[in-house]
Amino acid sequence: MRPSIHHFSRSNPYLFLGIAALIWFALYQQLLPFSEALVSILPLEPHSHLEGALQFFFYDTPKVLMLLTGIVFIMGIIHTYVSPEKTRAMLAGRQLGVGNTMAATLGIFTPFCSCSAVPLFIGFLQAGVPLGITFSFLIAAPMVNEVALALLFAMFGWKVAGLYLLMGLTVAIAAGLIIGKLGMEKYLEDWVRALQNTADSSAIENPNMAWGERIDEGFKHVAAIVGKVWPYIIGGIALGAAIHGYVPEAFMVSIMGKDAPWWSVPAAVLLGVPMYTNAAGVIPVIEALIGKGAALGTVLAFMMSVIALSAPEMIILRKVLKPTLIASFIGIVAIGITLVGYVFNLLV
Amino acid sequence: MKHIKVLGSGCASCKNTMQLLEEVAQSKGVDIEIEKVEELQEIVAFGVMSTPAVVIDGKVVHAGSIPSRSQVETWL
Repeated sequence: MRPSIHHFSRSNPYLFLGIAALIWFALYQQLLPFSEALVSILPLEPHSHLEGALQFFFYDTPKVLMLLTGIVFIMGIIHTYVSPEKTRAMLAGRQLGVGNTMAATLGIFTPFCSCSAVPLFIGFLQAGVPLGITFSFLIAAPMVNEVALALLFAMFGWKVAGLYLLMGLTVAIAAGLIIGKLGMEKYLEDWVRALQNTADSSAIENPNMAWGERIDEGFKHVAAIVGKVWPYIIGGIALGAAIHGYVPEAFMVSIMGKDAPWWSVPAAVLLGVPMYTNAAGVIPVIEALIGKGAALGTVLAFMMSVIALSAPEMIILRKVLKPTLIASFIGIVAIGITLVGYVFNLLV
Repeated sequence: MKHIKVLGSGCASCKNTMQLLEEVAQSKGVDIEIEKVEELQEIVAFGVMSTPAVVIDGKVVHAGSIPSRSQVETWL
């Protein structure tokens, strides 16, 4: 960021945000005419497959990147208000049910990185957050996040993003409820059990940040997230453009389409468990699958399984959970994802 | 001489944090000793829930992200 802009965002944060939003919307409005103009000056046969594919690419790439940047920026600012410590304080001592719903919802807004899943898990238990509620948070946080939602919204529309949000929350809430009801505390590793309820849940107060600093955090978040995921996104859109307008392959439709055999949803979930990547990494695959005529419920179930259940995370969690609890966790979440996959294939 | 601990289970952000600390210390000519803490039980003992976290002379000064250069400068 240039120092003059930086200075402006500090001294006049509201004006800065207003102007930034106006520029964003103005640019966004120009994307379609811009892509059409760009394609029309290229030496292409009008209305050919290649022209359609290129226009799709030139329109979709900036659109997706702009939407992602906007949403990630807002999320970066929200993160300055919601810390894991505050979330923990809100969840301490909650009843099952209400607590699970709150935990899953807070999972969307709380900053979370899978590399600190375990300290967070222990921190929650230490402060007296019940095990089932902790799991609801742990399932929702990586799966239902702003990157996944922004990308689904930008590439497939608000209905798909909304479905994903609903499916993800449902799985996180239900799985946490079941784990809580089963009373699985005894399957925590002993040293972790000993730590339960040992800390007070007082939130470490963020020193009152000025709005300028919050804006800085927004930009930092954009640099960290968008800087990391843009190659996946361009790859995904290029793949989508390549198959755009072509006839879907009968093979994919027959195994993952709406009239596929009953085992297609569980097969997609099972396939996703050993795979591990972030939301941006699966988007190219999703784009290709949907482009080839796969059913939405099946594809979203696959995406959730890839993000929520992963071998590396299980290995880290093994340090705090006994095998029985890990197996129950994987089983309950996998069954939950499969069920919502079926339901959405039926509904949509 | 400041004793600094960087808490984190070996992700890229933790390495970047250590590098930043060393850079700033060197440019300011401050004498520091950096220790990397990867053992979960020890990290948890500091009451930290998100990594990377920075501990200076036994006190947690930062958690949850790579600190900014200006933050590091004020600590040293």
